[in-house]
Amino acid sequence: MDTNRESTPIYRIRFHGRGGQGMKTAGRILGTAFFLEGFVVQDAPRYGAERRGAPIFAYVRASRAPVNERGVIHNPDLVIIADETLAMIPAAEILRGVTGRTVLLIHSSEEPETWKERLAFAGTLLTLSTATEPGDIPRFRFAGVACAGAAARLADVISRSSLEQAIRAELRHVGAAVMSKNLEMALQSYDLMAQYAGRVTPGGEIAADTWLRPDWVDLPFEDAGVSAPAVFTPATSEMVKTGLWRNMRPIIDQALCSRCRLCGVYCPDGCISIDMAGYPHIDYDHCKGCLICIAQCPSHAVRPIPEHDGKPEGGVK
Amino acid sequence: MKRAMITGNSAAAWGARLAGAEYVPAFPITPQTEIIETLAQWIDRGEMECGMTTLESEHSMITAAASAAATGIRVFTATSSQGLLYGMEMLYTVSGWRAPFVMVNVSRGLASPITLEPDHNDILAARDSGFLQLHCATCQEVLDCILIAYRLAEDERVRLPVIVNMDGFHLSFTREPVEIPDRDTVDHFLPDFEPGNVRFRASEPVSQAVTVLGGALYSYFRYEMHLAAMNALSAFDEIAADFTSVFGRRHELVESYRTGDAELVFVMIGSFATKARAAVDSLRRAGVAVGLMRPLLIRPFPRDRIREILAGKKGVAVIDQNLSVGMGGVLHTEVASALYGLPDAPLVLNSFIGGLGGRDISAEEFYEMASVTTKAVSDGRSLPPRLLFTGQELAEVRRLQEIAKSGRKGGNGGKGES
Repeated sequence: MDTNRESTPIYRIRFHGRGGQGMKTAGRILGTAFFLEGFVVQDAPRYGAERRGAPIFAYVRASRAPVNERGVIHNPDLVIIADETLAMIPAAEILRGVTGRTVLLIHSSEEPETWKERLAFAGTLLTLSTATEPGDIPRFRFAGVACAGAAARLADVISRSSLEQAIRAELRHVGAAVMSKNLEMALQSYDLMAQYAGRVTPGGEIAADTWLRPDWVDLPFEDAGVSAPAVFTPATSEMVKTGLWRNMRPIIDQALCSRCRLCGVYCPDGCISIDMAGYPHIDYDHCKGCLICIAQCPSHAVRPIPEHDGKPEGGVK
Repeated sequence: MKRAMITGNSAAAWGARLAGAEYVPAFPITPQTEIIETLAQWIDRGEMECGMTTLESEHSMITAAASAAATGIRVFTATSSQGLLYGMEMLYTVSGWRAPFVMVNVSRGLASPITLEPDHNDILAARDSGFLQLHCATCQEVLDCILIAYRLAEDERVRLPVIVNMDGFHLSFTREPVEIPDRDTVDHFLPDFEPGNVRFRASEPVSQAVTVLGGALYSYFRYEMHLAAMNALSAFDEIAADFTSVFGRRHELVESYRTGDAELVFVMIGSFATKARAAVDSLRRAGVAVGLMRPLLIRPFPRDRIREILAGKKGVAVIDQNLSVGMGGVLHTEVASALYGLPDAPLVLNSFIGGLGGRDISAEEFYEMASVTTKAVSDGRSLPPRLLFTGQELAEVRRLQEIAKSGRKGGNGGKGES
């Protein structure tokens, strides 16, 4: 039976990324690593109706005592942003509940100082480089596992071998080459964070003697003309910038385009319009980056570039 | 025995596997869950000796489950939210067959408006169907309750189907450490089903669940179901004691957490009750004498145990993650009926509606519920029902209504922003 003694601290860690970047797996790797170290762990991905590329997050709680908290983490000790482009998307809520004692880890090649200024964040902010060696597989493909490795070191209660064991357990279905690359990326991040080991500490509870009172309101009755869930305004879905879900951007090279219009016919989101001269143009506010246009283009006039390298022209700002 | 990080969905599949389920009928499409997917993989790989049939609806799935159960084999199935509702006609029908089986429901809010997120209106819509209901708070409980549910369902004093309920997201997708027992150990607790006269054979026709007119026969059969369901209360205590002696873990008809010397008690079911448990610990540290009562069984309703726990308490805060439209919280109503006539019943019985359609309940809101309930005790009367809903949330509704009704000025639709 519990007594009135102090609460057992809990590590509260949130991973932000995009659907398809392995945030659920990253959370599970970190969760299993904590578990192997004897912690009581709770980990979960959080997503709704979104698709690949949409902002999603996963979270991990770990403690030496049973974890009774549930649901979204409101008071994180560590927030990991595996895809730096999420910083431009308010709906991704990467800074939700962040305080001065929260550590931010951003998967980015920009300087921590630049990010601190950009996010107006004064606490500990670390970056994990995304730099690619020539001929290497793009590092962002391993964003999840790299961030999990870094997080394991920042908490400083997970051994290198537990991390490795966790990766082997969570990725047990992949082939040897993929496993080896994942291990390499994770352990490299783990080692890179050596100087910051222990920077992330488990937090306490929200005190029950002084708390911010919820501003509960009484809902007034409103007639069904107001309170039925109907949308009368047409085409409101245009206001949802699904272009923010994209991590690969199709680029049309007009010099190669034969103006056959097949890309526009096959675009499942109707994002390709044809100008007076017959050339296709992509609506980057809504293109989700499915790249079907590339598969359909008979003259190979469409090519993909990583969204990270996308120039702002015509893109989502 | 092994201890592993698994989701509630996985724990449910393990429960079915360890119980030795011999047949799983399944509707394979949304809102079906990973429970069936996991079982299908095990069956496909030959790791589980079990038949599986995919059906075109939950209505057919529940019919198939009960039909198979009527032959005296151990049957498992699972559904969620709209699927449970789609099978509702057959829930009432097959419980009257008195053929025992276990079904897991992954709880989610119901349309309209459409949501994917959890609350308890789906499962509580089934509370009068004749299925017993166990409401789990952890992934471990999901596995354990499935084993207990088979014992309850197959008990000669009961012989009714059982639904084991878990919350979508907060258990179904969430991994927690779960002890997965060995099959041999489980066999000690849950031996093979002795079906007795539950033995329909195609070669020996019987008329099962016949038509009865005139009312008296109907009354007899339905009331016998009720008596059988009520027997599950004492049967549960025996079965749970067996469970503890085999596995060491203890499951109570009604969890009472730090209620002994409590003046205030939170009442909740399901996984968010662990949040209430955390709030109880925090409030205790701040000097508030508060506890938590969590019924594990909702059908049969453990009325006497609830009276024992709440007798002499000053204030009770019932937190319903459901809404009976035109009445209020289902749990609040049922707790109130359980307390009627109790000489030292709590003076204050407050009703809070929270967590509808996946809406979170914050630690601060638990503290506030304790605070306003304490105030109500000193004022000597219960508060009107309170929806947990903030001014900020209303402002967001207003912003979206503006877009929906009168054009696009003044806001940005949906989640995306530029």
